Amino acid sequence: MGKYQQKTVMIGGGILFGLLLILAHFKMIDLYVQSVIMFIGVNIIFATSLSIVNGYMGEFSCGHAGFMAVGAYVSSLLTVVLFTVDKETGLSILPASMSLYLFPIIIIIGGIAAGIAGLLVAIPSFKTRDDYLAIITIAVNFIIITALNNMDFVGGSRGYMGMKKVIYGMEGVFKFPYMLFWVITFAIFTVFLIRRFITSTYGKGIIAIKQDEVAAEIMSVDTNHMKLVAFMFSSGLAGVSGGLFAHVIGYVNPGSFSILKSTEGLVMVYLAGMGSLSGSVISAILFTILLELLRPLQIFKWVIIPLILILVMQFRPEGLMGDKELSDFFPKLKKFYKFK
Amino acid sequence: MSLLKITDLTQRFGGLTAVSDLQLNLEEGGLYGLIGPNGAGKTTIFNMVSGFYTPTEGTINFDGNVINGKKPHTVTALGIGRTFQNIRLWHDMTVLDNIRLSQHYHLGYSVFEPFLRTKNYFKNEKRIEEKSMELLGVFNLQDIAHEYPKNLPYGIQRRVEIARALAAEPKLLLLDEPAAGLSSADVVDLIDHIRWIHDNFDITILMIEHQMEVIMNLCQYIKVIDFGKTIAEGTPDEIQKNPQVIKAYLGDEGDIYA
Repeated sequence: MGKYQQKTVMIGGGILFGLLLILAHFKMIDLYVQSVIMFIGVNIIFATSLSIVNGYMGEFSCGHAGFMAVGAYVSSLLTVVLFTVDKETGLSILPASMSLYLFPIIIIIGGIAAGIAGLLVAIPSFKTRDDYLAIITIAVNFIIITALNNMDFVGGSRGYMGMKKVIYGMEGVFKFPYMLFWVITFAIFTVFLIRRFITSTYGKGIIAIKQDEVAAEIMSVDTNHMKLVAFMFSSGLAGVSGGLFAHVIGYVNPGSFSILKSTEGLVMVYLAGMGSLSGSVISAILFTILLELLRPLQIFKWVIIPLILILVMQFRPEGLMGDKELSDFFPKLKKFYKFK
Repeated sequence: MSLLKITDLTQRFGGLTAVSDLQLNLEEGGLYGLIGPNGAGKTTIFNMVSGFYTPTEGTINFDGNVINGKKPHTVTALGIGRTFQNIRLWHDMTVLDNIRLSQHYHLGYSVFEPFLRTKNYFKNEKRIEEKSMELLGVFNLQDIAHEYPKNLPYGIQRRVEIARALAAEPKLLLLDEPAAGLSSADVVDLIDHIRWIHDNFDITILMIEHQMEVIMNLCQYIKVIDFGKTIAEGTPDEIQKNPQVIKAYLGDEGDIYA
């Protein structure tokens, strides 16, 4: 594998990304397509982060959207409080120009908050597993949603808004498609971080837990520590996706992070195949596009999508990719990129 | 010097006493056998020593540390390796990864370094890989380093499992029925293999085995237990002549004629 060819991928990707930003900046791609691209990015983060727990560690987490909600609310609250104009004083706490630099940091803070919320699942996972842990994760999802529904300072069930103002503020300082930039950047970083985690001897500890937890423990893998790290890492990234989602839409309400959203994540991971990173990315892209294409069908799309899942489970139960990466199907890709 | 010293060890599961008042003293460098009929409590002893069960009473002293109540991964890091009666390799991971992961207690880098890919990370990953390949080479398994254990014959899987246990550099190796499920030709290989490991790795071995051929050929000292109690101990010759052992294995003579 040549270094030269690896660089082509980076440079090629960079050029594509730059081109996309330029096109978006000069309004050459319409806002709808832009928003679909942003949803793809959010879903990539959401699906790949879920695949850490459900795919690589082999536990069944059904409450992933709960952590997305934590990230969404924490980062929205921070940006809105810090950067929108107060009605009485006519001033914001921090000038809008600072939001350009602080925005990614706030998204990461949202992720950290979600990672801490991940402890709600991580600690029970020491003693519980499989179906019982799945029930706990559903419960955690409900706890988070119910808590948000009853918090008046974030609007309760009416939802919370004002994030658009922050984005407009940013654009007022310097015109640039910020959300598109940050969503794609965070998506790329997420995939990189997960790949780095999962290819290290340290991170492979969670694959050992999936395949035989007893053997993992006896072969010196600190299973509790690994579970803690995996759950917090996974829910932290879900928080990042939530923060981005909230700022793309400009409005969040507890209902959008219900069990249905968690199910979407599960569909993406199981469609992709458990333990395939490139699979999760591909299925996040396909799934988002599919959702958009089926939009004219309205409510019927929730008949078609589960049907697709049934068909996949029936004819290809390991998912589209199984535990293989893209390079296992197309070995020539190895020249350009190290998948494992 | 005594490596493992077990005193008054008792394990109860509810009303059942699986092991009672066990005393065991392993000298450094010895090759010991633990035998007894099915359900005698042998594997329970292994589970207590390796940290899966916390003994109800008694102490396990390993290399100067009291280890009862410690978690299995800490016990392994202290220097007790173990294999299982039914092979428990990670079947969907290459042989090399199996060996690599057994060094999880001693990675040499912090939690954040895999993400940052520091110099130290690469240095240690390289060290782990080299050590794993070296170990596979010693076991003559280097050709199958990239195979999956599920595709390998049973005898080879056993060897991989023993190699994996040795990757954590144990001072004491616990082998739980290493000959189970092996053909008679494989058993002969296994005997040579265990003796070779014992001679070359500066290690103490305690093994559970039902096949007397293996035990009598290898072990210097044998402990026989039945219903959780020690019924005999001594050298292979002494054990073979011990009436209590014969009784436990074959039943009382009186039973036959009664």
